[in-house]
Order: sequence, then C-alpha cells, then structure tokens
Amino acid sequence: MLKDEDRIFTNLYGWFDWGLDGARKRGDWSTTKQILSQTPEEVVELVKASGLRGRGGAGFPTGLKWSFMPKVVGDRPHYLIVNADESEPGTCKDREIMRNDPHKLVEGCLIAGYSMRACAAYIYIRGEFYNESRNLQAAIDQAYDAGLIGKNACGTGYDFDIFLHRGAGAYICGEETALLESLEGKKGQPRLKPPFPAAVGLYGCPSTVNNVESIAVVPEILRRGPEWFAGLGRERNVGTKLFCISGHVNNPCNVEEEMGIPLRELIDKHAGGVIGGWDNLLAVIPGGSSVRCIPKSICDDILMDFDSLMAVKSGLGTAAVIVMNKQTDIVKAIARLSYFYKHESCGQCTPCREGTGWMWRVMERLVTGEAEYEEIDALEQVTKQIEGHTICALGDAAAWPIQGLLTHFRGEVEDRIKEHKASLSTLQAAE
Amino acid sequence: MSGHAFAENQPDSFAFTPENEAKADALIAKYPAGRQASAVIPLLDLAQRQHDNWLPRVAIEAVAKKLDMAPIRVLEVVTFYTMFNLKPVGKYFLQACTTTPCWLRGSDEMMKCIKDKLGLDNHGASEDGMFSLLEVECLGGCVNAPILQVNDDFYEDMDYDATAELLEALKQGKPPPVGSMKGRNMSESSAGATSLTSLRETEAAYVPRPPKPAVEAPVDAPRDGGDS
Repeated sequence: MLKDEDRIFTNLYGWFDWGLDGARKRGDWSTTKQILSQTPEEVVELVKASGLRGRGGAGFPTGLKWSFMPKVVGDRPHYLIVNADESEPGTCKDREIMRNDPHKLVEGCLIAGYSMRACAAYIYIRGEFYNESRNLQAAIDQAYDAGLIGKNACGTGYDFDIFLHRGAGAYICGEETALLESLEGKKGQPRLKPPFPAAVGLYGCPSTVNNVESIAVVPEILRRGPEWFAGLGRERNVGTKLFCISGHVNNPCNVEEEMGIPLRELIDKHAGGVIGGWDNLLAVIPGGSSVRCIPKSICDDILMDFDSLMAVKSGLGTAAVIVMNKQTDIVKAIARLSYFYKHESCGQCTPCREGTGWMWRVMERLVTGEAEYEEIDALEQVTKQIEGHTICALGDAAAWPIQGLLTHFRGEVEDRIKEHKASLSTLQAAE
Repeated sequence: MSGHAFAENQPDSFAFTPENEAKADALIAKYPAGRQASAVIPLLDLAQRQHDNWLPRVAIEAVAKKLDMAPIRVLEVVTFYTMFNLKPVGKYFLQACTTTPCWLRGSDEMMKCIKDKLGLDNHGASEDGMFSLLEVECLGGCVNAPILQVNDDFYEDMDYDATAELLEALKQGKPPPVGSMKGRNMSESSAGATSLTSLRETEAAYVPRPPKPAVEAPVDAPRDGGDS
C-alpha cells in the first residue's frame, strides 16, 4: 500500500484548509519560482522523464503532448486548456481536487502553461460543479492577489492568466475538440483531427488540453524529482493515481494509490470489500463506463494500470472502478449505459446518432428477453460498425460496454431470451 | 434540457439588472477581444439565474444582442446543453441522477420516494410550483451515489428515507447541509479514511477547515454567477 508521504493529494478529503495558507503549509507554491527558472524545454523533459501519462482516460504521455506545441510564439498566442468537465460515469476525482486542493491545479496550470509558452489557461469545469467552481475561483483569486499568477507571475517576469469557464451540461464537452468548440461559444460538437489542437486549437491558436489530475500532479513531481514518480508503479505505468470505487462495495470512496495496485487489494483495503464478499463479485467496470467490463475471474488477479487492463481488452480509463455483485442485473446495468450514450451523442455523425439509439432499444429488449437469438450477433456487429467510424470516441465508448457484456456474459443474455420464449409457450399452452 | 419547446407564457421583455450587467461585462472580459461569443454559456446562466431558473425567448435575444450573435446561434446553444430550461421549473428543481453508478446504489428507491411523496414522474412539476423533477445523466459524484441535485447543490448517499427527509425539509424551506445525507465526510470511506490518516495526526499539517466560501444564499434566491 502506498505510504502517506508518497501521496500527492494530501487534502483529498478536505480535512485541511483548501485556501492559499493551507496549501502553502502542505508545500504548494514553495519552489515554483525555482521550477520556472528552468527553460520551458527543461520542464517538458522533466515531465517526460517522470513517465506521467494523461489521467483523463486515454493515458497519452503528458510531457510528449506538451512537446507538440510550437517552440516559438508566432502571431498566434498559445493556450493551455484544462479539461474539468468530469462526466464519465463512475468518475469523481477531479471534483475532489477542485474543491479540496484547488491550489495544486492552479500551480500546475502556471507550470504547464510556462512549459508551452501559453499566455493563459482556460479551465473548463462542468456546470453542475457549481460549489466546486466557487472554491476553484477563490483559489485563483488568492493566487492573483499573492502575485503567484497574472503579471510577472511569482516574480519570474512571465505573464500568465487563468480563467475559469463553466459549462452547462454536456458529456461530449469532455472530448477535447468539443470542449474547444464549446469554449468558443458553440454547440459542443467534436472537430475532425488533424489538425490537432497543438496546431489549431482554441480560436485557431496552438492549444493543449489536459485533464485536471494530469496538471495538478505536475508541481509535486517537479518538486520531488521525476525519478520519485517514475519509481512508483511499474514500467510505462508509473506514479500514483486517484481511484474512484463505486457500486456494490461496502464503503465507496476515492483514494490515491500506487499505479498497478491489484484490483482486489484496492477494493478490499479501501472500499471495505464487495458487498456479500469477494466470491459474490460478478464483474467490474475498471475505468469508467466507456471501458469493457471484466468478470470476476479476471478481477481476481488483475493489476490496475494501463497496460494490464489493455491486455484483457478493457482499460484503466479514468480509474473509476464500478463494482457489480452477483445480485446485479448486469444486462440492465449495461443497458442503462447505452441510454446514457444515446442521451449524450452530439448528433453529428450518423453511426453514433442513429446507432446509439438503435443499440439502446435492442439492449432494452435483451433486458426483458423479448428478442431473437440472432439479434445478439446483429447487435455485436452493429457495435463494430459504430466503433472507429465516428469523428470522436463517443461512438467507441458506446460500443465497448456492450461488447464487454457480450464477450463475458453472452450466456446470461441468451438465457433471458430462452426464459422469455419458454414463458410465451407456457402461455400459449394455457390458452 | 428539459424539452425543446418554448414555454407558453412568455414575458414581454428582459433586461439584465445593473448588477448583472456589470457581471456580464466581467465575464465577457475573460475572453480575447472579438471572441465575446465565448461568454454565451456564462451569460445564459446569468440570465437564467436572474429569471427564476428558466430562459424566456426575450432573455435569449438579449444575450444574443449583448454578444453580437445571431439569436439562432444562441438558441442552438440553449437547446444543446441540459442545464438551460426553456420552461419554468420548481422553486426546488430536483435533478436525480439515475446513471448506472447511481442505479447500482439504489436510485430507483430515490425516484420511488419522489413519486410517493410528491407524485412526480420525470419532467413532472408540482402544482404549487415548489418542486419539479428531471432525471439527469451522471453528475460526477459516483462514490457518493445516489445523488439528488437540488438547484445548485448535491445531496449524496440518498436512499428512500434520506430522500423523504430531504423533501420534508425542503417543504419547510429549510434545506439541510449540502453533501452526504448519511453524515459522511466528502468522498472518504464511511468506515473512516483508509489513507492520509498519519497526516491528520500531525499538528503542523492540520489547519481547521474554514467555513464555506462566500455566503450561502437561500436556495430559492438567485445566486451569484460562480464565475464572477
């Protein structure tokens, strides 16, 4: 188990003052000026050396992403965009950072912005996080008042602004280019890539979009040195990670743990175990609703990191662990996710707009068993026709939960159809 | 959004109050010159807060004018995002999350209680204007599921009894403290934290938690824009 001294988010549970004074006591802002005395390239190299991979779901190396920004500011300013539109079902970690440790994010913005020669950061927070946005805005104001950001930030001669922008309820705005569209005042419909945001982003200017957690861990990594972070976890899957454990566990909670912790240890040590005991476990969705579920047989010894979960055709995603025990109607649980994706499809690409609704309607019939056996294969085929055929990954995200269900619980789905057919023939016999 | 049709009864005019006009200008100033359209969501939010939590046609037009946008572009934004209401909502606007993580923890019980106590189905509103209900998608508080959002505030760890208790308190105009209805702290385990406990003991690190930021406005009064 990770030691407390290796934890970055020391105010995860809001025990201490989230404001500037409290943050300083926890070490935030202590060596910012020193960090910024290096060149932007040096900062990027340190982040690369730490092995940090993006915490928003895709796991792309953060330092590498930063290095895609132009090395010279031309006639277009550079922007850092922070994705705080946390809406992936199961995920509630950025919320805790923003309400309990907002200065980690503010300081991270300054350092990340400096490394990409940005003039400003826009933090796009989901509209429902109203109270969280007040804490974060207060932290930003405190940082301005203390001269930590704004003109001559931290006395370094570097000018950097941070603006908070509240969204208004749209899961798709967590997709980076949809977020940019929304930030420009439009419907949040994803853009085609390329061009990537580092070339053409916000207002057509070079931009980098990072998740809240990715940015908030950077100051601590640079203070302790990249080798400290790289020494936790295992190769290519290093550092610490905030895990959100929800669903059928005795004590759902958020916790910061070492990357690669065994799933069973995570659930047993921190969340009080599965309701009804480990043997009562049915399946886990290990990385937010968009990844494929894994059955108990895989959960028994799987490690919670990017590569381990990818090897079993699932994913670490946002590290949001949704636990389902044997009392769960798993077909219904997945059908509810299908409804979610139908609701959240932006309507731009036909396969997603039409496909998410089609899949949801079939899923609803699979819940009751009012379907034909052939429809299972048809459904699986449709998921593959949506996957990879849309501008953004929402199509994939809608397809994968169903694929996971059909891979691991096909028997359950078939049994329902069988039962339903049997009940029909009983009725007919009675007539 | 709770439907794409305008409300039947529309006011004749809408104007930002002088206070909100100043706030709107401050919001617009966050974006580069010529990029004022970026402020469309913040301004619609401000207008909605000023207008009993729903947007009449004239308010949408006022925002369009303020931002020098075509009204259709603003309407497009209004209907794309779920948090804008084109029709009046209750004084207590209940937004119940029923996505899988909340459903696994019993959001059906929460919905049943709302039906039992208030007679409301999804999209329903009580005749006295006190309550309206909307089923929403993931609110992003999954380890505190199920979640019932009342106006701006999240009530967490809901079950049938907690929902009944909350609704009763709201009827009396006395919203309980925001957060877990089971009294647990934030997102730590209800059996006590399993991490960071060694820090809690060190006096150096410990700073008593300050009171909530800004004043808690009564839940029925228009609130400050969170951005300003």
